[in-house]
Amino acid sequence: MAEKEVSLIKGNEAIALAAIRCGCDGYFGYPITPQSEVLETLAAQKPWETTGMVVLQAESELASINMVYGGAGTGKRVMTSSSSPGISLMQEGMSYLAGAELPCVVFNCMRGGPGLGTIQPSQADYFQTCKGGGHGDYRLITLAPSSVQEMADFVDLAFELAFKYRNPAMILADGVIGQMMEKVVLPDFKPRRTEEQIIKECPWAATGRMGRKTPNVITSLELQSEVMEQNNLRIQEKYKRCEENEVRYEEYKCEDADYLIVAFGSAARIAKKTIALAREQGIKVGLLRPITLWPFPTKEIAKLAKNKKGILVLEFNAGQMIEDVKLAVECKLPVEHYGRLGGIVPDPDEALDALKKMIK
Amino acid sequence: MTREEIIKTGDVVYRKPELLNDTPMHYCPGCPHGVVHKLVAEVIDEMGMRDKTIAVSPVGCSVFAYRYIDVDWEEAAHGRAPALASAIKRLWPDRLVFTYQGDGDLACIGTAETIHALNRSENITIIFINNAIYGMTGGQMAPTTLLGQKTVTCPYGREVALHGYPLKIADIAAILPGTCYVTRQTVDTVPSIRKAKNAIRKAFDYSMQGKGSNLVEIVSTCNSGWKMSPEKSFDWMRENMVPFYPLGDLKDTGKE
Amino acid sequence: MGKILAYSGLMEGKEVTWMPAYGPEQRGGTANCTVIVADEDIASPVLSSYDVVIVLNQPSLEKFEPKVKKGGAIIYDSYGIMNPPTRKDIRVFRINAMDTAAQLGMTKVFNMIVLGGLLKVCPMVSIESVLKGLRKTLPERHWNLIPMNEEAIRKGMEIIEEVK
Repeated sequence: MAEKEVSLIKGNEAIALAAIRCGCDGYFGYPITPQSEVLETLAAQKPWETTGMVVLQAESELASINMVYGGAGTGKRVMTSSSSPGISLMQEGMSYLAGAELPCVVFNCMRGGPGLGTIQPSQADYFQTCKGGGHGDYRLITLAPSSVQEMADFVDLAFELAFKYRNPAMILADGVIGQMMEKVVLPDFKPRRTEEQIIKECPWAATGRMGRKTPNVITSLELQSEVMEQNNLRIQEKYKRCEENEVRYEEYKCEDADYLIVAFGSAARIAKKTIALAREQGIKVGLLRPITLWPFPTKEIAKLAKNKKGILVLEFNAGQMIEDVKLAVECKLPVEHYGRLGGIVPDPDEALDALKKMIK
Repeated sequence: MTREEIIKTGDVVYRKPELLNDTPMHYCPGCPHGVVHKLVAEVIDEMGMRDKTIAVSPVGCSVFAYRYIDVDWEEAAHGRAPALASAIKRLWPDRLVFTYQGDGDLACIGTAETIHALNRSENITIIFINNAIYGMTGGQMAPTTLLGQKTVTCPYGREVALHGYPLKIADIAAILPGTCYVTRQTVDTVPSIRKAKNAIRKAFDYSMQGKGSNLVEIVSTCNSGWKMSPEKSFDWMRENMVPFYPLGDLKDTGKE
Repeated sequence: MGKILAYSGLMEGKEVTWMPAYGPEQRGGTANCTVIVADEDIASPVLSSYDVVIVLNQPSLEKFEPKVKKGGAIIYDSYGIMNPPTRKDIRVFRINAMDTAAQLGMTKVFNMIVLGGLLKVCPMVSIESVLKGLRKTLPERHWNLIPMNEEAIRKGMEIIEEVK
């Protein structure tokens, strides 16, 4: 087997290059720090000359997400990317995408809020991503990469899940993973689907009738409440299936651990360092890293927590995922939070202090 | 007698376009939407594009346009139809892609999407129904509401100091280098309906020929919102709307 | 320079991360980046203390001198720095890279002179790997510049001096 080429690239570049390689049909985006390299990389790569992928700088995040809606409604693999304030603008579109059951990928390279906030890394959009953001009962399939390699790998995975469940999928990272360069092996090239394949694989899509007996209509609108309830129930049923089948997580040094850190994305990397420091001092601690934030590894955390003495939830926010961890363990053991706000990345030492405080 | 017996092929002098289905329209009696729907359906039929059309409906009275014309549709969020259409056309360049929008959707909440899609020279057509009022939500002031015109949110008449000026979207569109064909039509008489149909055909042809973006404004009425009979509405439109929104082509660079 | 160092680590099959300060710094303040070269997986790419710090201006010195680990090293170019480092529990190195680069007419490889100095103090990667990394990242039409880069690295190794 030929050895795969290792490149050293930024997380944001990995998203762009992976998109070209995984048969993405279109990217629609608007610049915002710290993720502008996604659009910049795509513009420099000119994939429209190679794979035929469409790349368009929109006039706003509103336009971007609605271009994504337009493209997704035709069964194409389309995506956008932004950072927190821009993602806020996209929430209406996300709700519509989920309501019309359209597959797409949205990459959020989180920065500190609220408001214009800071451009530094943050994980303060957990609630927005996992608990709604837009209006109505809907969910986003959410993948949280913690390395540049995962950034590259999750683009295709996000598309696969999005199409499997006909629902938007979010890649939720932050300024650390987006901006850092790290070793990465890019995924193999996968051709874009032909129009015939799309029409066959997405019989629901508005592709033009092409001989189809009845027209296809993409909409989230239904004025009759009885029918709308049925639409909602169908979507909820889909979410249940997704929860049963798509939970992804990483366990790290949990077997002999007395304590557990739960952290996602770049916080999980800080946690690994904290664990190394703690173990040097004889404190046995392990990490559970949710890779899918929704569906959340509720059962897995509950199971793992059974013989543990306490859980520290490490997040770059004021305490968001901790609510899901508490629900998972039904408050049967102490669950504490440690985080920094406003774009500050916590030190492994600070997290260790928080862990020790909890142990006392 | 059955329907078939009454309508013998030789007796037919007029039939509705095949793409216009039999779903009863939800529009108010006297509303021009039905006429414009028919024209759009006719043009698609005549162009032989029924299998290759992707249309985008707005939020507003024509939100359900997809129920009446049997092509593939996407229903957009309020104001965003041109963004959807831009992406669809770029991803499916051989499809006929158009949006169908009212003045609240296009000229207010979706002004940015409208201007930018037009000026990116997307090969799409925007069909713009301008009735100077918000119809669906119950007759509120629109950006296109005339000065002095009464609506439920300017019950004493629109005045500059309070509400600013009415917006002429077609005039703006015409000065954008990205547009190919910008025209203002109406559908109040048989000749005007014929003209409007020709305008839609021209716009659709240009967008399929890759000549750039096209805007067909239909100066229209809202007898419910204006609180007038359909007949009176057309009189009012001719007396008040047309002088401010003059009819005819504002731009046509696609001719040769 | 940080990127070149990271690429050099990559050439040696090591684990590397490169983390920039992004945003307003790029737009006219001081800029910095953190490079980690390791034999095993790197946990956090963001650090609160450093083995070696290179500072090229006064504000950066003030920001990063306190963050050098005890027994670690700081390298500074006297060109941009009025008040040199004062800590006694770290090793302090001076490299007159800017002046040297100007004298030799190679201001474009100023960074490589500094990198040479770093590699003298802390030989974390070999010169060969740096050159290999350059070949990998530079378009072929610029390969003719590689000998100049090598010369700059060697010059840096030569001129760096420990301040006692």
